[in-house]
Amino acid sequence: MKQKAFQAALPHTIPIAVGFLFLGMSYGFLMRSKGFSVFYPMLMSFFIFAGSMEFVTVNLLLSAFDPLRGFFLALMVNARHLFYGISMLDKYKHMGWKKFYLIFGMCDESFTINCSVTPPPDVDRGWFMFFVTLLNQIYWVSGATLGALLGYVIRFDTRGIEFVMTALFVVMFLNQWEESKDHRPALTGVGCTFACLLIFGSERLILPAMALIILCFTIGRKKEAVK
Amino acid sequence: MTTAQHIITILAVVAGTMLTRFLPFLIFPEGKTPPGYITWLGTVLPHAVIGLLVVYCLKDAVFSAYHGLPEAIAIGFIFLLHKWKRNTLLSIAGGTVLYMVLVQNFFIGI
Repeated sequence: MKQKAFQAALPHTIPIAVGFLFLGMSYGFLMRSKGFSVFYPMLMSFFIFAGSMEFVTVNLLLSAFDPLRGFFLALMVNARHLFYGISMLDKYKHMGWKKFYLIFGMCDESFTINCSVTPPPDVDRGWFMFFVTLLNQIYWVSGATLGALLGYVIRFDTRGIEFVMTALFVVMFLNQWEESKDHRPALTGVGCTFACLLIFGSERLILPAMALIILCFTIGRKKEAVK
Repeated sequence: MTTAQHIITILAVVAGTMLTRFLPFLIFPEGKTPPGYITWLGTVLPHAVIGLLVVYCLKDAVFSAYHGLPEAIAIGFIFLLHKWKRNTLLSIAGGTVLYMVLVQNFFIGI
């Protein structure tokens, strides 16, 4: 049963493997170039396992000690998980001990596969989703570790490498833009955050931006309901 | 920061991240349905959050010596490359390499 589920899950994760190894390696390499030992990217990629937040955490570790800020930043940056969770309430039902791991390892990519792919009828759905999640996490942790190890061996001018995070988000933004007809949510996100950047400055940005975004959405929804 | 402070910071990030993952399952245990407003937020918020993250990444560039010019060039390049090839990884790699070339050779001192 397990083997069948593994064989069904593996092909779906191959594109993720390429992406995660590449991005994980640049994350590990970035950590190393900032002077952190290989254990940092290895453990962070395992326990946080949320790519964008790990990149953000690099900046946190390099600035003044403020764990509360890290906690709230993680809440805000990863708020989308709340909605993944809401979408998976039904699918992760009756999964026993696997449910804990499925929730722990619910990253964007595992969520996308698990919510959109229906495994063949002779494959156990629980094990299928388990292997999708596990494989993706293995790719990510291996990538991060390898990248950091490479950082010990290869030396070159790494100035500007942190732009990989910006590039990642820009491409995700473009992909989402193409996929959706309604561009208001994306524009609301950019507009509100930019307004907050001008008002609150770069240090206190995320919380007011997030609040403003939710406020704009709620007002917009009420207006549409009135219409 | 000391190593202990590093660990506390990372644990705080882990706690925040895990809360976002486990909270829906704690609030809505098997058999309960969430209200329509929450489900609706789940469809619009992911788009806004990516927009927020893009601006977040550029927050310091805007106020720097070059006012975000190298960033703007690299993002313009990503946009064109992505329109052309539609390859996520190629666009990320291309944009990053171009940015590194820019800040190491033309926009020194960032």
